[in-house]
Amino acid sequence: MRKTLYVLAGLAFFAVLWEGYKLVGNPEGTVLLGVRVLPRADDLSMPHLWTVVERLGRPELTGGRPVWIVVVQACLFTLGITAAGFVIGALVGLLLAVAMERFRLVERGLLPYVILSQTVPLVALAPLVAGWGGTIMPPWATVSVIAAYLAFFPVAVGMLRGLQSPSASGVELMRSYAAGWWRTLVKLRFPSALPYLFPALRLAGAAAVVGAVVGEISTGTRGGVGRLIIEYSREATSDPAKVYTAMLGAALLGLVVAGLVSLLEVPLMRHRRHVEVVTL
Amino acid sequence: MRRIRTVTSLAAAAILLVAGCGTADQDSATPAPGGSGGALTPIKLQLQWFYQAQFAGYIAAVDQGFYKEQGLDVQLLEGGVDIVPQTVLAQGKADYAVAWVPKALASREQGAGITDVGQIFGRSGTYQVAWKDSGITKAADLKGKKVGNWGFGNEFELFAGMTKAGLDPGKDVTLVQQQFDMQALLKKEIDAAQAMSYNEYAQLLEAKNPATGKLYTADDFSIIDWKTEGSSMLQDAVWANTEKLNDPAYQQQTVKFLTGTIKGWAFCRDNAEKCRDLVVAKGSKLGKSHQLWQVNEVNKLIWPAAGGIGVIDDANWKQTVDISMTTKNQTGDTVLTKAPDGLAFTNDYINQAITAAKGAGVDVNGTSFQPTTVTLTEGGA
Repeated sequence: MRKTLYVLAGLAFFAVLWEGYKLVGNPEGTVLLGVRVLPRADDLSMPHLWTVVERLGRPELTGGRPVWIVVVQACLFTLGITAAGFVIGALVGLLLAVAMERFRLVERGLLPYVILSQTVPLVALAPLVAGWGGTIMPPWATVSVIAAYLAFFPVAVGMLRGLQSPSASGVELMRSYAAGWWRTLVKLRFPSALPYLFPALRLAGAAAVVGAVVGEISTGTRGGVGRLIIEYSREATSDPAKVYTAMLGAALLGLVVAGLVSLLEVPLMRHRRHVEVVTL
Repeated sequence: MRRIRTVTSLAAAAILLVAGCGTADQDSATPAPGGSGGALTPIKLQLQWFYQAQFAGYIAAVDQGFYKEQGLDVQLLEGGVDIVPQTVLAQGKADYAVAWVPKALASREQGAGITDVGQIFGRSGTYQVAWKDSGITKAADLKGKKVGNWGFGNEFELFAGMTKAGLDPGKDVTLVQQQFDMQALLKKEIDAAQAMSYNEYAQLLEAKNPATGKLYTADDFSIIDWKTEGSSMLQDAVWANTEKLNDPAYQQQTVKFLTGTIKGWAFCRDNAEKCRDLVVAKGSKLGKSHQLWQVNEVNKLIWPAAGGIGVIDDANWKQTVDISMTTKNQTGDTVLTKAPDGLAFTNDYINQAITAAKGAGVDVNGTSFQPTTVTLTEGGA
């Protein structure tokens, strides 16, 4: 309840900021020493929020469906892609973490590459993956792969920290019970990794959304909100409010995914302490 | 481009690594079924961008069954921000690709084995648009102005035009990287903006003038057309895989594909509104009047085709290659470092296709083609 209020307050604050800037900002923008330090406040660059809302209600094209339906449908499509990418990424991350925890050699050999993997720019990755579409998987699944590629990283790194978090005495106790590796993993390491897992999953959720939207933009995959952003932005010349409707949809999608991921932890974390975990 | 390439190979290595670490879940993806049309040969054509009337001829050829007549089941692949058609073709992920000549030649120089087998657009559609009251009407007038350009290899006609007019693009003008919309010109952040006759220029005419409350008209703008400035380069062409062209079966298939393509474009010349409807039905987000404008403008780039649609004109080819080798952009790069070697283009197949199309009663020259006047509506809707 309280949380919802905060979210609403945040939205209201943003709205006031936007419209407030439009009110006081220079329509031509503020230029200091030849560098634009503040953006233009004119209607072409920053349409009024009510123009955007009103645009949501009007048809996309003459005789077409209202924009809000198109945007919501696109968001649902991207949500599906994000979910698939998130699940794949989380599983891969989990497996990698377990493997790295089990074998020191794997950790030494693999961890640098896991980190390196995130320095590869998406624009380079996307066309490569896009080529798989239609041959070994449907085109939308390639975008899921991109989302998974971003999502696996926080889980792998965070979970590794978590699996390594039990104290030496805990591990030795398990050994004194003659518990094998598997039993130690299930009874000791997994439970103590949970506080590390959930922040990592939240990061993974956000990364999966970014991956899905950027992947769609990059590969031009039809149906999602990323594609919608790029299509509407081409019309920004004559219909500047339209592109903001799609961006609004993308922002909403991010919030929904964050909410869904935090729901995951409710049943598992009820009796556990929360710790601040730095995964990066 | 070159930088992206190295990164791509890095990415490839990284992916292999991750894939090697057991992503068993990927097995769940089912391969899309290929051609289901019995004896038809499945063909993939990679387009440069999303479905829009720029590709109306191919869309029409699929829809009207012109490819089927030739025994081909053509699947059109949409482009995207990071999809490079000639690379997709060179990697064998498509059988043919539509690409601009200078960019494709640059890819060739970097090792892509591709050949121009049909120069569908005989003319360039690139403009530099300015406000009428700015007095800019020719390349020389750009001196001292803020000039928008798209970069990424889309800017060479502009640079060649300015160089030809005696300007040093690096010194005499202020170059501004332009977005893919025309807001910068409307806000007067730049004095002249790059625009395609069939797309961005139309978007200007679909925008409302806040001063009058009406749409801008052609009278508000002046156009520098690189065709009249003599610095135009060849654009949309059909590219084929050079190595496969040694295979008689692929040669025959290429002739058939081009025959269907010619029929598609001839159909759009004679049925502009029907072609607009086909493009709109493909799910383009651009409006109807915008698409009709685009069909009409694209038709102007093809027709009339004195030597027959798709035949590569030696003089135009030479001009494109010369500009590609000599014109420097702001970073001092040219498109090409040396003349294209090997089989960069051939008229063998398009000529056979033209003969076949003529035999089927298709007008391949469009001598009597007259463009129509398209009225744009707000937002192109």
